[in-house]
Amino acid sequence: MGSEPQGRTAAPASRQNPNPPATPARRPGSQLLHDVLVEQGVEVLFGYPGGAILPTFDTLYESPIRFILTRCEQGAGHMADGYSRATGKVGTALVTSGPGATNLTTALATACMDSIPLVAITGQVATAAIGNDAFQEADVVGVTRPVTKHNVLVKDVKDLPRVIREAYYVARTGRPGPVLVDLPKDVQVALAEDANAGQLELPGYRPRYKGNPRQIRLAAEAINRSERPVLYVGGGVISAEASEELRQLARKANIPVTTTLLGMGALDEVTDSDLALNMLGMHGSAYANYAVQASDLLIAVGARFDDRVTGKVETFAPNAQIIHIDVDPSSISKVVDVDIPVVGDAKTVLAELLEWVEHRERAPWFEQIKDWKQRYPFSYQKQEGTILPQQAIEEVFRATNGEAIITTGVGQHQMWAAQFYKWRFPRQMITSGGLGTMGFGFPAAVGAAVGRPDRTVIDIDGDGSFLMTCNELATAGEYQIPAKVIILNNAYQGMVRQWQELFFQRRYMATPMTNPRFARVADAFGCTGLEVSDPKDLPDAVRQTVATKGPVVLDVHVAPEENVYPMVAVGKSLHEMEMGGMA
Amino acid sequence: MSKHIISVLVQNQPGVLAHIAGMFAARGFNIDSLVVGRTEDADFSRMVIASTGDDQTMEQIRKQLGKIVPVVKVQDLSEQDIVERDLLMVRVHCPSERRPELYQVTRIFRGSIVDVGRTSVVIQLTGPESKVEAFIELCRPYGIKQVSRTGVIAVARASERPATGKAVTAKRRARQAVDTTDDSATPALPPS
Repeated sequence: MGSEPQGRTAAPASRQNPNPPATPARRPGSQLLHDVLVEQGVEVLFGYPGGAILPTFDTLYESPIRFILTRCEQGAGHMADGYSRATGKVGTALVTSGPGATNLTTALATACMDSIPLVAITGQVATAAIGNDAFQEADVVGVTRPVTKHNVLVKDVKDLPRVIREAYYVARTGRPGPVLVDLPKDVQVALAEDANAGQLELPGYRPRYKGNPRQIRLAAEAINRSERPVLYVGGGVISAEASEELRQLARKANIPVTTTLLGMGALDEVTDSDLALNMLGMHGSAYANYAVQASDLLIAVGARFDDRVTGKVETFAPNAQIIHIDVDPSSISKVVDVDIPVVGDAKTVLAELLEWVEHRERAPWFEQIKDWKQRYPFSYQKQEGTILPQQAIEEVFRATNGEAIITTGVGQHQMWAAQFYKWRFPRQMITSGGLGTMGFGFPAAVGAAVGRPDRTVIDIDGDGSFLMTCNELATAGEYQIPAKVIILNNAYQGMVRQWQELFFQRRYMATPMTNPRFARVADAFGCTGLEVSDPKDLPDAVRQTVATKGPVVLDVHVAPEENVYPMVAVGKSLHEMEMGGMA
Repeated sequence: MSKHIISVLVQNQPGVLAHIAGMFAARGFNIDSLVVGRTEDADFSRMVIASTGDDQTMEQIRKQLGKIVPVVKVQDLSEQDIVERDLLMVRVHCPSERRPELYQVTRIFRGSIVDVGRTSVVIQLTGPESKVEAFIELCRPYGIKQVSRTGVIAVARASERPATGKAVTAKRRARQAVDTTDDSATPALPPS
């Protein structure tokens, strides 16, 4: 056989390379996309089909990935967002071109402002038609550029697998955020191989995790020197999974902790109540705001000095040195001038800081805080025969042993939830903080319930917020996703009404709401609907809501003109709070 | 408020220019001029952006540019010793009897006449922005019909001389050391 001329006849099987180089088969873009989604661990997609994304939907007909059909693309985006916030994984939304993608933009902006990782895949008209005002065409990459962390229009199917891997990598690393991939229809059907072996091409993207050791030493020295330190903790601690490091640091160095709206649950407000100052800011606790203003050292971790937190910037923490730990360099010294910046991931930096800090008693400081806490707790006046919204939230806390995941809409109910539910674990509070998106609560609860079937998920909502996205009751009804809604129904856009009462002489322009009977709406959508207006019936109604299987809506008729206090009016310093009925 | 020239190396992708211009607009930063050109590597382009702002604004501009995923490198050239050039083409009203004096001014500025018409001439000139602006002022009395400029481009000098850029406070320098120069912690891209 050795004498046979090479190349004339096929070599016998035994002579062939036993490990031939793998030549991946050429497959359509939609299939390449699907396989990368599976590889990236995507378990569920939230979305809505349409012409330009049909080839990709076809691959889902036989797929291990679960698909949830939402009733509007905005809902798909918020569900993916709620899924991300509840699980720490990257949620994914899949929608069509044009109106499908533009409906998604509110959800992208919401996620972008709160640094939530999600990936949106949008269909696009065929590459040859782009720019011709084709049917259902929109410049989606152009529209969404300011509301995404990164976005890409895929023009060549060969780039598709790499771009999808990059999307997930960029979404979840560094300061997380939404990434959009725009996918023309012809690219979904064109054939290619997944040939680049998972290589990414992101030469300009280098998130930094490890803090500069010299800066960390400086921070530790400042902490060890400080008489009146406060830890001011935001969503960065949640997204970095750093709550254990935070607790250890606060314990070891003996520092009180205040959390932003997005940082709720970073510290257990029940077991660590001696350290917890609860929320700070416009509607934060009086003791948190006083502590920040009186502090000599403010340690900001994964927080960005939002205007709802700082009040008047010029007089914010006026006597404090400021340490700012953040994974995003552009957050540092953006709003306030920082003395000791540390660029790095909260988990890594806090763990390192822990080694250098010393325990200090700081008895006068904790005495002072204790005094403030006793004098100015969150409180409200009960009324005979009327349910107070705060009362309803305390009831929800009791009925769930403080163990539920809570989502909210935006407004008074959101602030009351932050104040009156006791936050116990990270990823427990799911709310639109930065963008303040009314209508976020219910779809986010559906997404959270899909991601965390082991937990009770409750949307504490307002009547105005809930009506913005209650079409998703159809989604919850169809799949029997057990998201519970507790509507604090005051028949007003309460927060706007509160501002009209305080700053516009009670001229209630466009804030009174004529609402449907929410319980009947729920029923019509295949969900359970309940209603309560007597305080005596409230505990049972809440318990029944939690205990009933599947999606439930409880319409709680509450005192219509209750206000949220404390309140720092716009332009005031943090310590200049209106106490309302609290004081 | 001071003038800065920022050099931005970007991945050569569609939409990068819109992204950067959009970021400046959305955050209320000034663009005095913006020049984009290819580099020695076809995968990358360089933008040279002239902008005016206080120190804090310039720091935000650098950081916000750095956040854009296709942006590979951001340098504030004002902190270095650089060579900068702006190219001007200006059409000036100039009847034949006034040509000699305009020619003379042009020669002094090392410009050149690139086109001559019956009542106007086109002059080309390169130099730092200040020189270009001084020349435009001299042309004004003649009657400027059209001005077209490239905007500033700049490169760092080949010779290593101490920086002549504006002084940076110790505090700000410390911050920059943390924020922009420590790449030692760059993680390897994870296998996907």
